[in-house]
Amino acid sequence: MSLRSPLGRARGLGSAKEGVQHWWWQRLTAVALVPLTLWFVFSIACLAGAGRAEVLAWIASPVNAVGLILFLATLLHHSQLGVQVVIEDYVHAEGVKLVSMVLMKFAHVVLAVAAIFSVLKIAFGAPIGG
Amino acid sequence: MAEFRLPKNSRVQKGKTFKAPEGASNVKTFQVYRYDPDSGENPRVDTYEVDMDNCGPMVLDALIKIKNEVDPTLTFRRSCREGICGSCAMNIDGTNTLACTKGCDEIKGDAKVYPLPHMPVVKDLVPDLTHFYAQYASIEPWIKTDTPAPSRERLQTKEDRSKLDGLYECILCACCSTSCPSYWWNGDRYLGPAILLQAYRWIVDSRDEATGERLDELEDPFKLYRCHTIMNCTNTCPKGLNPGKAIAETKKLLVERQG
Repeated sequence: MSLRSPLGRARGLGSAKEGVQHWWWQRLTAVALVPLTLWFVFSIACLAGAGRAEVLAWIASPVNAVGLILFLATLLHHSQLGVQVVIEDYVHAEGVKLVSMVLMKFAHVVLAVAAIFSVLKIAFGAPIGG
Repeated sequence: MAEFRLPKNSRVQKGKTFKAPEGASNVKTFQVYRYDPDSGENPRVDTYEVDMDNCGPMVLDALIKIKNEVDPTLTFRRSCREGICGSCAMNIDGTNTLACTKGCDEIKGDAKVYPLPHMPVVKDLVPDLTHFYAQYASIEPWIKTDTPAPSRERLQTKEDRSKLDGLYECILCACCSTSCPSYWWNGDRYLGPAILLQAYRWIVDSRDEATGERLDELEDPFKLYRCHTIMNCTNTCPKGLNPGKAIAETKKLLVERQG
């Protein structure tokens, strides 16, 4: 029970004066993902049945490597923003919320670095053959 | 965390049935949510059979008839009975609306009448709207100016006045806010569609001089950005208004002022 006035409760801790950037980047990455995802899915479909060497060569080509890095970075950034909204919506205990938010952000950074590093390693690595 | 079942003392049970009078030929059945916190009993759904040949056309007419002639313990709010006061907002046939403007003939089968969803219930169909009204007060819904008050009316062009159309008609019945899942989950911090529409009504008012402060106050992950454009608000508004659009316009203004 609280004896705080209804208005005091409604005002709470006041406005965080942020949220525009989150909202804007969620839309921006969504728009960017439309062509990137179409390109990615189309390319993967075209590679159907290709051997390992052929796929590695495809990844290593500069245009594809840049495209993949853009796709992965945008995708993971968008995912991170989206999962944040889900946590804010449904997790109401402050402690659990903070821990899940931190773990979620760390996981996305790890995934992004690992994914981009993999593309770079293939792109810049010694030619893999035979 | 999310709760998937109602707490034990809130689970709805089957209630009493009140039969229609002998010889009634045009009978409509109303299933009405009943809850009396003083009794210590769980909520229940009572069934009332109403003779529609001796009843007005609207759901509110039927409720008043039940209260007058069948069961005086039934509790609900009502005042204007013409859709302008917003008192009789409730969940009828699965949709939040005003009992006074909802025709009984619009409802197929039994009419289910519940209080506005996800609000504390004071009694029967009366929800506790204290927090909703406090949230309304928190957006300071009055004109704010630094320019000294003029000696006559504050002028406004016809175009500027027309920006208030679709906003000033809001009667604060709370149908939209209580239909919004985001308001259900985070109503303590999220302002909800009704209050955000009212906030936008002052943001677009050409006579108001506190537009920036108002936007500052709304720029918050919870107060404003819990809106995920679900659009239940616009679907359910008994006045045909579009709170979803008002919220989207507010978000656009916040982006616009970034640069």
